[in-house]
Amino acid sequence: MPIYNMDFETMPREALESIQLSRLKATLDRVYATVPFYRENFKKAGITPSDIKTLKDLQKIPFTVKQDLRDNYPYGMFAVPMQNVVRIHASSGTTGKPTVVGYTRRDIATWAELMARSLAAGGATSQDIVHNAYGYGLFTGGLGVHYGAEMLGASVIPVSGGNTKRQIIIMKDFKPTILTGTPSYILHLAEVAQEMGVSFEELNFKSGIFGAEPWSEDMRADLEAKLHLKAIDIYGLSEVMGPGVSIECYEAQKGLHIFEDHFIAEIINPETGESLPYGETGELVFTSITKEAFPVIRYRTRDITSLNPEPCVCGRTHVRMQKVSGRTDDMLIIRGVNVFPSQIESVLMKNREIQPHYQLVVDRVDNLDTLTVMVEVGQEFFSDEIKTLQNMEQKLSNDIKEYLGVSAKIKLVEPKTIQRSEGKAVRVIDKRKK
Amino acid sequence: MRVEQISIFLENKAGRLAEVTAILRDANVNIRALSLADTTDFGILRLIVNDNQTAEEVLRREGFTVGKTNVLAIEVEDVPGGLNNVLDPLTSAGINVEYMYAFANTKGNNAIMIFRFHDLDKAISILKDNSIKVIKGEDVYNL
Ligand SMILES: [Zn+2]
Repeated sequence: MPIYNMDFETMPREALESIQLSRLKATLDRVYATVPFYRENFKKAGITPSDIKTLKDLQKIPFTVKQDLRDNYPYGMFAVPMQNVVRIHASSGTTGKPTVVGYTRRDIATWAELMARSLAAGGATSQDIVHNAYGYGLFTGGLGVHYGAEMLGASVIPVSGGNTKRQIIIMKDFKPTILTGTPSYILHLAEVAQEMGVSFEELNFKSGIFGAEPWSEDMRADLEAKLHLKAIDIYGLSEVMGPGVSIECYEAQKGLHIFEDHFIAEIINPETGESLPYGETGELVFTSITKEAFPVIRYRTRDITSLNPEPCVCGRTHVRMQKVSGRTDDMLIIRGVNVFPSQIESVLMKNREIQPHYQLVVDRVDNLDTLTVMVEVGQEFFSDEIKTLQNMEQKLSNDIKEYLGVSAKIKLVEPKTIQRSEGKAVRVIDKRKK
Repeated sequence: MRVEQISIFLENKAGRLAEVTAILRDANVNIRALSLADTTDFGILRLIVNDNQTAEEVLRREGFTVGKTNVLAIEVEDVPGGLNNVLDPLTSAGINVEYMYAFANTKGNNAIMIFRFHDLDKAISILKDNSIKVIKGEDVYNL
């Protein structure tokens, strides 16, 4: 697969790091001068931007967390006057206020380039037709992919999320070759296609670039089998930019290359804040080094992963992050055991009959945490005999106990009982939080 | 010999069974026999109907998980020990009945029961050897 920006994506590490340092310094000078929050943060730590002389010195700067962005709602973190902002996006505020982010004209161009790089890494070329099922709107997914596809020179179908039956018809008639969207919506699409009697085998997709929510290797196997394409993981978050912060390469499908000429990634221990070396698992932290309107300094993503600096078969020199295995705030503590929903998903998906539609319900009964895993009974796994279904319940419960060390009650439910969103899946209901 | 039975996964929620029967009624499907096996959380509804294809289609369209299994419809003499006459030869041949339920038969004097076996062929041959009447599928759908 051709590399979109050969100079930067395959740059030797030494040169890359020297660019990172000069861009970092310029960013720090600018936020210190223009964003009161960052100036205060530096002061609290007793430093000024001139104290940052090496990349390692970055560790002296305090973290930025989601709450800081909320406290400065809506525009307090912007580093340029509004007249230079050409686009605003916002994350959905499931709890509290949404996070508002802005882009200058140059930010939009940078983002488009990184998305073009991402699509190219995922197998797209200017010959391709991109079926973009990410939602268009305040969410960064739709427009992010859109601008990148255009910059790459591909033909983009801005179909957005929803109106699923029409999407299937478009897929049949317009013959797109690249599919983009959230994995949970794409699975929903596959389900509807099946109901309509349309097989992905007859469609023309070669790869699917899926992101905006974590998905497991087992989910990849499922997506690839159902959709007859190569499933590529893309990562991004609106606070840092949007989709296109990192991407798996088509060649390796093993870790997501982070575009390090624009972002510095660190892994920290989420409890102590201490920086962790390459290879160790912890919370991913980003510093943007080229953004103008909304720079972030040591922003805690709450995503759990590790970094791998080994050279990659694709030729890119940029460090790779593992697929995100969970979020620090998704982590459930059930009777003292740390459990990530993605781990339960892996256990469930080892049983091929199970549809990837599940939901975890955590509750507290008589001061004891309870975990119920709701699993939909699809055609493949149904039986006319009670004992077969009960054995399946028992097996899943045993597997969860064995792999995760927690007791879970499996509750079989009818298909489509578990809430399907056109965007992200609701995987956890924690009733203890009320 | 075989009779096709459809089975439906149901959560134990009030009114769910009535929804299924209403869907079938609206599709003009006649239920010949019905049995609901349930646990505290879920149930499996087993049905013999006069039009399997339509039943399966409308139920799937309404989002139900529908399975199909072959079962046997066996005539059981309406005398004391009638059921034992059927079960005994099967038991001695080591064939287990997974489940069974009654069929509403308005014609004839004998009862008809639906039996589910894992080894259907073996069950059929033993029943034949013992001169027990197994009713043909097309006859059952239209009884
Ligand atoms: Zn690579």
